[in-house]
Amino acid sequence: MSDSQDLTGTGAAKGGPQMGDRERITLINVREGMFGAKGDTSGYDLLVTPVQMPGASERPYGEWFDGAVNVLEELLGERADAAIEYVVVDRGELTLHIAREHLVEVCEHLRDDQDLRFEMCLGVSGVHYPADAGRELHAVYPMQSITHNRRLRIEVAVDEADPHVPSITSVYPMNNWHERETWDFFGIVFDGHPSLARIEMPDDWVGHPQRKDYPLGGIPVEYKGAEIPSPDNRRQYR
Amino acid sequence: MSQERTAPGATGAFVEDPEAPEYSAYGGDWSEIADEAARLGQQRIVVNMGPQHPSTHGVLRVMLEIEGETVTETRAGIGYLHTGIEKNMEYRTWTQGVTFCTRMDYVASMSQEAVYCLGIEKLLGITDEVPERANVLRVLMLELTRIGSHLVAIGTGGNEMGATTVMTTAFIGREDTFRVIEMITGLRTNNAYIRPGGVSQDTPEGAVEYIRQMIPKVRQKLDELVDLQLQNPIFKLRLQGVANLDLAGCMALGITGPILRSAGLPYDVRKAEPYCGYETYDFQVPTSTESDAYSRVVLRLEECYESLKIVEQCADRLDQTVGQPVMVADKKIAWPAQLSLGADGQGNSLEHIRHIMGESMESLIHHFKLVTEGFKVPAGQVYQAIEGPKGLLGVHLVSDGGTKPWRAHFRDPGFNNLQALSILTEGGQVADVVVAIATIDMVLGGVDR
Repeated sequence: MSDSQDLTGTGAAKGGPQMGDRERITLINVREGMFGAKGDTSGYDLLVTPVQMPGASERPYGEWFDGAVNVLEELLGERADAAIEYVVVDRGELTLHIAREHLVEVCEHLRDDQDLRFEMCLGVSGVHYPADAGRELHAVYPMQSITHNRRLRIEVAVDEADPHVPSITSVYPMNNWHERETWDFFGIVFDGHPSLARIEMPDDWVGHPQRKDYPLGGIPVEYKGAEIPSPDNRRQYR
Repeated sequence: MSQERTAPGATGAFVEDPEAPEYSAYGGDWSEIADEAARLGQQRIVVNMGPQHPSTHGVLRVMLEIEGETVTETRAGIGYLHTGIEKNMEYRTWTQGVTFCTRMDYVASMSQEAVYCLGIEKLLGITDEVPERANVLRVLMLELTRIGSHLVAIGTGGNEMGATTVMTTAFIGREDTFRVIEMITGLRTNNAYIRPGGVSQDTPEGAVEYIRQMIPKVRQKLDELVDLQLQNPIFKLRLQGVANLDLAGCMALGITGPILRSAGLPYDVRKAEPYCGYETYDFQVPTSTESDAYSRVVLRLEECYESLKIVEQCADRLDQTVGQPVMVADKKIAWPAQLSLGADGQGNSLEHIRHIMGESMESLIHHFKLVTEGFKVPAGQVYQAIEGPKGLLGVHLVSDGGTKPWRAHFRDPGFNNLQALSILTEGGQVADVVVAIATIDMVLGGVDR
């Protein structure tokens, strides 16, 4: 069944509801200029550079990756097309981009199937890509198989305006605090979490501090008559 | 803010019953408060332990619901040491990030430095180009840090149970490891020694000899701790069968490190997924099947002996690799100068300053560019894990192709393992809560980041 689908195509496959016809890649950032400051006279100021993640990989993926993806596709059956948006193999690591509707089922298979057996989820790391329209917030789950000594990454992307991801605490109870942390810092709502309270910030904190549009804070410091701006307002190389 | 449920307030009781009476426990005698509660027929008492409490390994708030001396419910409240290190790292170069992440779990600084630099090297694709001597120095530092961290765990654990000698003995041994670390890196903790591509400086004159002198001293302190604790009837009564967590519980809660190995699973990232050349060292991974607080103390002590074995092998390899580089050859990544010790303290070596200021304009430009701008890391993401003293320490790094991380997320083992506090303490005695906290051995700087 693995050959009957176009996982890696650029829009031809059915894809998940969010993926639609868009290119199967994450746009990390759109960098303007070369030196981070506006209005310099070099002319480089007008450069606009989109920065993208390594894109979808073609089969064969190499190592044990093909086998694992095959097993997962087999277990998902007809839902495989919709569940697995695309697969990325980069720097020797396997990333599965999963549609959120199918996340819990995918996790169950990853944990329970004897050929997959990813017993541990090493938490969830939120990442904010403001330039990636419609898929701004990513929840990244590193999965660890102790039985097979393997690791893969599950990535779920959601819209900033609809930041809901199902909680996987029913499958991986260890993710309880990790999901609270990602809610706290990125505002991703993990539906079905037993108690999605803030964990690091005070309960009455407003905003989600690790989003890119949230300022770092800090105050300018005066030194010998000159003013040194706070770290996020300094002229910086990018 | 689309948070639907109303979260409990930052202060006040976490029960939903507004009628529940509150008792303030300041300045009074505990028995009076208990009597008052008994007089009112109130069985349920919620006690706040911390955030400022000597046995919470930092600033941890533990909310205990107790019935007599029995704990019926435990909740841990964290966040008091949150300093936004991950966010800060997004505004500094990849190299500067080392000085930030080293301050997370400040008892095991080197672990964060190592995992972060290994992650960067994976992103850059230069993992195999890190020179052998740099890897030996990294392993040396990681193992000295492991000994130091375990000694703090054992020492403070003993102190919390009233055995001050355990703490002083452990801290003397830890200080010996610090002397070696200080001699080589210039600092006791928060070293910023491991850098992307290698380490910040080579060993000074006489370092290997100094390491060899340190080993028996630390071993003696370990022996003392073994003699002092392991057959001590009070110690055994206090720890055996307390804070049990079997393998199923460990797997459900994602526990790694000594707690997982005390449940019988010999999972150690150094063996499962070797980094820095760990596959070439001869050492064992001690395990136990008792899965209680006592067996974890035994495991930590055994691990310290194993670490000393690795340190010995590192000393031999340092002898064999004298004069070899400790930083990658690629000058676009390597820090332009090695640090050296001058009359006015540690800094760039005089020869380097002379070279860039007096001899070569190109070197000055190179130095300036690399130090202020940093190096670019190709866009992508990686996950790197190492075996920290407390368990699996992971880092998720995302680069947007620039000179700064787009995202750096650390999976501190303490953060994950602290989730087990409830299951370790509920149904037990109040006094055993302290034992459970000590056996988890988290450091709140790492938990809160």
